[in-house]
Amino acid sequence: MILSINGLVQRFTDPGGRRPPTTVLDGLNIATGDIQALVLVGPSGGGKSTLLRILAGLDVPTSGTVAFDGVPLPRDERDLLAYRRTVATVFQAYNLFPHLTAMQNLLLPLVHVHKLTESQALERIREPLERFGLTAHADKRPAELSGGQKQRIAILRALVVQPSRLFLDEPTSALDPEMTGEVLEMIGELKALGTQFVLVTHEMGFARKVADEIAFIADGRVGAHGPTADFFDRRTDPRIRLFLERTLHA
Amino acid sequence: MPRWFAYTLVLALLAAGGAWAFASLDMNWNWDVVWEYRGVFWRGWWMTVALSVASLLASSLFGIVAAVMLRSRFTLAQAAARVYVELIRGTPLLVQLLIGWYVIAAALHMGTDQRYLVGILVLSLFSGAYMAEIFRGGLDAIPRTQLDSARAIGLTPGQSLWLVVLPQAVRIVLPAVAGQLVSLVKDSSLLSVISIAEFTFSARNVNSATYSTLESYLPLAVGYLALTLPLSGLSRWLEHRFRYEAA
Repeated sequence: MILSINGLVQRFTDPGGRRPPTTVLDGLNIATGDIQALVLVGPSGGGKSTLLRILAGLDVPTSGTVAFDGVPLPRDERDLLAYRRTVATVFQAYNLFPHLTAMQNLLLPLVHVHKLTESQALERIREPLERFGLTAHADKRPAELSGGQKQRIAILRALVVQPSRLFLDEPTSALDPEMTGEVLEMIGELKALGTQFVLVTHEMGFARKVADEIAFIADGRVGAHGPTADFFDRRTDPRIRLFLERTLHA
Repeated sequence: MPRWFAYTLVLALLAAGGAWAFASLDMNWNWDVVWEYRGVFWRGWWMTVALSVASLLASSLFGIVAAVMLRSRFTLAQAAARVYVELIRGTPLLVQLLIGWYVIAAALHMGTDQRYLVGILVLSLFSGAYMAEIFRGGLDAIPRTQLDSARAIGLTPGQSLWLVVLPQAVRIVLPAVAGQLVSLVKDSSLLSVISIAEFTFSARNVNSATYSTLESYLPLAVGYLALTLPLSGLSRWLEHRFRYEAA
């Protein structure tokens, strides 16, 4: 995928008009090469998640343009719905629907959005469920699963619709270290399988491993961006140096 | 203590207390006369059943529509629903029935045979206002993240309401809705003020014909319990079922 973003602004205004509007993305630009995995890093509140929500077609920016492989993202909700059906998104937590079992969660988008029959959907789920070692948990409800299992089911739900791209918004930040490991391992396998994805994460070691390019986002702009090796070598920007020192020694 | 024993004990104590109170009245019970009127009770009871079922369905509908309006982005819809809920909840059903029948129905030149329709409508609007707030609370209790997830997997707004929000909201509102429905059944007794021959109306008629007050009204308690206890039971069964669903 080639991602190009031009002058992206996201400003939130208080509907009551009591607080001044907040500018979360402030004219953000980026132009990637033809890559498989882009990782977004940077301090909290810098605009990473807001950017990812726009990329995933969940929010419409105030102004600016975003294009994947030269195709601009739509702005109208009808076209955005169609776009969201071609990609998949995994959030920090609470991705799964608590009233459904893991299996029913996996079936829901296949049957209701992608119009597969239940047997076709089951057929498609069976193999990846096995490969990621989740078959034993298929009939459990989210309340009976560990945080790591929930996230892995959520990633699986995103995968089985065969999206053209996957968006992952800090998929491990709500997990303890042990579970973080199993989720990162799964994302690592996605990389090996050739899945294209944009990942927001604080796991710098992991970012270094899977990213083709890394973008450092702070104050609503891209502070630095480049191929992964360059990014870690070239620590000229004091903000990046500070951020790396904090996150790597945390 | 086993459950059946606890219930038996409580009911036995209640019966003993009741028996003592009634015995101390030194009443001359006059059940024979009232028995003569069993047909009147029976017809009234069925009328109450019919009114309750109709109002139960209509008030759920009013409640859902008003709850959605209360949460609407459109200020006019929101204002209309808010005025409806506050006006109805803040005034007595008795007054609403009198205005509904003697003012609004009269202004619309409705015939006397339409009192049943008016009665059901007023009762449903009354109960619907309470339902609206119950449903609104249930919908509000579904976290935003669930809606985000629903959008992210590509569900339409209608699908996310039907497949994600409602199944979770139903579980939350069930106990409160059941309580409201029990109230609705008992509130239907007020329809007697616009001369609808429902259960309470029948008891009042029997009383004025026989002068046997307690004998006329005690069957009323039994008759209403026969309606409200199954409702409570149904609600507990549904709650149990949905809890299992969500565990």
